[in-house]
Amino acid sequence: MGVEGIGASVARKEDKRFLTGKGRYTDDMSVPGMKYAFFVRSPHAHAKIKSIDISAASAMPGVIGVLEGKQLQADGIGNLICGWMIHSKDGSPMNMGAWRPLAHDTVRYVGDGVAIVVADSLGEARDAAEAVVVDYDVLPAVTEAVKALEAGQPQIHPEAANNLIFDWQIGDGGATDKAIAEAAHVTEIKLHNNRLAPNPMEPRATLGIYDSAEDHYTCYTTSQNPHVARLVMSAFYNVAPENKLRVIAPDVGGGFGSKIYIYPEEIVCLWASKKTGVPVKWTSDRTEAFLTDAHGRDHVSTVKMAFDKDNRVTGLKVDTIANLGAYMSLFSSAVPTYLYATLLSGQYAIPAIHANVRTVYTNTVPVDAYRGAGRPEATYLLERTMETAARELGISPAELRRKNFIRSFPHQTPVIMNYDAGDYEASLEAAMATADWNGFAARKAEAARRGMKRGIGMSCYIEACGIAPSAAVGSLGAGVGLWESAEVRVNAVGTIEVMTGSHSHGQGHETTFAQLIADRLGVPIDSVNIVHGDTDKVQMGMGTYGSRSGAVGMSAVVKALDKVEAKAKKIAAHLMEADESDIVIENGELKVAGTDKALPWFQVALAAYTAHNLPAGMEPGLKEGAFYDPSNFTFPAGCYICEVEVDPETGTTEIIQFVAADDFGNIINPMIVEGQVHGGIAQGIGQALLENVHYDPQNGQLITASYMDYAMPRADNLPSFKLSHQNTPCPSNPLGIKGCGEAGAIGSPPALINAITDAIGNNSLTMPATPQKVWSAINAAN
Amino acid sequence: MPTLIQMELSRRELLASSATTVAVAGVAKEVRAAGARGKELQNTTEVTFKVNGDPQRLTLDNRTTLLDALREHLHLTGTKKGCDHGQCGACTVIVDGRRINSCLSLAVMHDGNKITTIEGLGQPGNLHPMQAAFIKHDGFQCGYCTPGQICSSVAVLEEITANIPSHVTENLMQQATVTAEEIRERMSGNICRCGAYSNILDAIHEVAGVPA
Repeated sequence: MGVEGIGASVARKEDKRFLTGKGRYTDDMSVPGMKYAFFVRSPHAHAKIKSIDISAASAMPGVIGVLEGKQLQADGIGNLICGWMIHSKDGSPMNMGAWRPLAHDTVRYVGDGVAIVVADSLGEARDAAEAVVVDYDVLPAVTEAVKALEAGQPQIHPEAANNLIFDWQIGDGGATDKAIAEAAHVTEIKLHNNRLAPNPMEPRATLGIYDSAEDHYTCYTTSQNPHVARLVMSAFYNVAPENKLRVIAPDVGGGFGSKIYIYPEEIVCLWASKKTGVPVKWTSDRTEAFLTDAHGRDHVSTVKMAFDKDNRVTGLKVDTIANLGAYMSLFSSAVPTYLYATLLSGQYAIPAIHANVRTVYTNTVPVDAYRGAGRPEATYLLERTMETAARELGISPAELRRKNFIRSFPHQTPVIMNYDAGDYEASLEAAMATADWNGFAARKAEAARRGMKRGIGMSCYIEACGIAPSAAVGSLGAGVGLWESAEVRVNAVGTIEVMTGSHSHGQGHETTFAQLIADRLGVPIDSVNIVHGDTDKVQMGMGTYGSRSGAVGMSAVVKALDKVEAKAKKIAAHLMEADESDIVIENGELKVAGTDKALPWFQVALAAYTAHNLPAGMEPGLKEGAFYDPSNFTFPAGCYICEVEVDPETGTTEIIQFVAADDFGNIINPMIVEGQVHGGIAQGIGQALLENVHYDPQNGQLITASYMDYAMPRADNLPSFKLSHQNTPCPSNPLGIKGCGEAGAIGSPPALINAITDAIGNNSLTMPATPQKVWSAINAAN
Repeated sequence: MPTLIQMELSRRELLASSATTVAVAGVAKEVRAAGARGKELQNTTEVTFKVNGDPQRLTLDNRTTLLDALREHLHLTGTKKGCDHGQCGACTVIVDGRRINSCLSLAVMHDGNKITTIEGLGQPGNLHPMQAAFIKHDGFQCGYCTPGQICSSVAVLEEITANIPSHVTENLMQQATVTAEEIRERMSGNICRCGAYSNILDAIHEVAGVPA
């Protein structure tokens, strides 16, 4: 590794613009003639729209246009779609109801868009929105998934009887039932994975610009995947054909999944720009974000885990009900199925697994992938069950896990996944050593003398990143391929631009991707620019989510770079009259191995473009592209240990230490990986201790729609973390990368809840473990 | 109990009144009275202040927040709007040496003030020590909350130096000190969803010259 190459903690190239207020986020954009949009939204969770009167609003000062759903429909703008087809176990396709970008006959959650007002200023648009008169016939609402399945509940979509979207299963039910029937011990547990609001600090925003001269649209948007946005908006929503639609996702202030999806606002603002003849900018306010950004999690599960007399797991049976909200968001169907149930084997050799998953419509905002997406749900379920089983069986939680670890690879689980590499024992040992697990009893006794309840909990997680290969996900119902593309463009003077379909919204790609180039070519990273987030500049891409940018996005860059190097070597061999196979690339030079003959990188690049003296038949230029389709998922894994102290008088939990031991495969930039782990754990601790989306079950109003009501993790809630790595390189991609973006959010919630339940001696505790709940659990146990 | 007049007061009428009246008095009856005076009704006010050392004179809708004045009128977009309710800290700027949430403050209240935003703290090639420390300690990821975190961090150290106690200051009779607990408490108004808190803590400690 060089000082800027793979493995170096290079300070980020993007830092200076972010630190000096020079970042360019969507809401920072202004274009001449730009006007402001405000959406009229439903105040009801469920209602028929009897009429919409825009006449008063249209006459208000500064108003340029008030547009509603009927006009949108008349102009042929299509319904929003879910892009992953799931079939129920009876073979029937999922029951997807219509999602109009602007509702015109029924609203189905508080915040459902009804009309858009475009005005000279945001204030005028807000004022006019208040004057839009919508006459609603309010209907009963249901917000909880379990209840929505019951007879006699409000019916949300005519396509989905009893609000059931699909009833899906995976695994061998017969074998699992047999294992449970024959078990020496069965642990049963019921779990609720709480509902979360992703809350990137940058609210969603979009700027739609219609150019009548070219009949062309430009969409600035807060997206994790601008190419997917363009594809979906042209292929399904009929906004414009792809060649007439440019999507730009500039600096994006965090996504965590919520900015994968194409929302109604992008579609409506583009359409409104054409209708009104002005560029239209919309920026979500925070309450609007709580109301309309796709939420995460919200699973209710019952679990049975069977053990033989030697405490080996022989079977796992899971029944899950997943709340998908009022409409099916873009990847919503994949989250509680292929991103969840396929991980139910965890780090353990389990011969029989069966999971049944029912997904349900409710009168709440759509639920989709949020950092971890399915994998935190699987990990929470397994690791809470393992901990509970260890307590019931009277053996140490570490011993129970050790006994059941998968130890040889590749390992085929009963739920599709084929784990390629890992060393689960190594992470467990490292985490226990760092946490001084053996010294815990003394610390607990010392805390008890102070009247405090101390507890320790662990969690051994596995996740699957870099979803692929495309043919496999296609056979499972995915509407898109999950490859990535890259282009390496060497300029005539030797500087390099890398166009990548990955998108950076906090991950530091502009640095890590440049480190790869610097490592391979020996050029300074300052001579490398990473270009992303603009469909006009980057040929194609699938974007950034599921911790895929390193494993998939960078692998595409490697493929393109291989081609660039091969051509550069041919040119260098020709110029130095050497054999192509003798050319090596080192320290920014192309050298003839074993001689002192060398050409600087820029000179070879210049030769490629002057084309005065190229090998016979060679095309000028030095620019290559590649698509990379992985052969398998990657499987990051690790062990997290959390130690807490609970004050029995107040129920307040203090995290004394948090230890993370991860296997991410090879690491490009340790500093950036550490930041990703910190962030994931912060969100996981948020889920376990603080965060909860709460709808009023009577009327469907969102109670937690501001930071006063939804508790975000803040500086004084979190400890510093103790991190280490026990990396086994991933065999299925050229860089050996597994991915690190979501691990922290996946592994941490069960570690924390296992620690608190250990401290208080009551296993019945739901997330978030607020002081009130913990206090009640302590007093119920006593 | 709200009075009948308050219940009847519409948003338009409220907005048509002088923002300074609202800010100072905040009483609906007076708002209505101001509206009734007819010709005296003013929707806009001229305000002058210095931003990053440059004198600015703006005529603003009274309801314009300091945040919107900076972003929309002066095009200083470094200061971010994360919640517009004073609950996230992304809009933190320094006014006459004190940090404030610029989204909770009307621009017309700042006549004559000296305002420092992230753009005024340092520039590429001439970074403020806090900006440099954020780079060194990787104190951010997506960058959106960062301008607010940095303005807050700079002001926090000045508050400690000025011996302004916090919620966790144990001994009010002694000089406040830089400790992890103090910094976490004083920075708890600035949310970072990317979770860079422990690195931000390290950055602040470095600038304070106190080991973390």
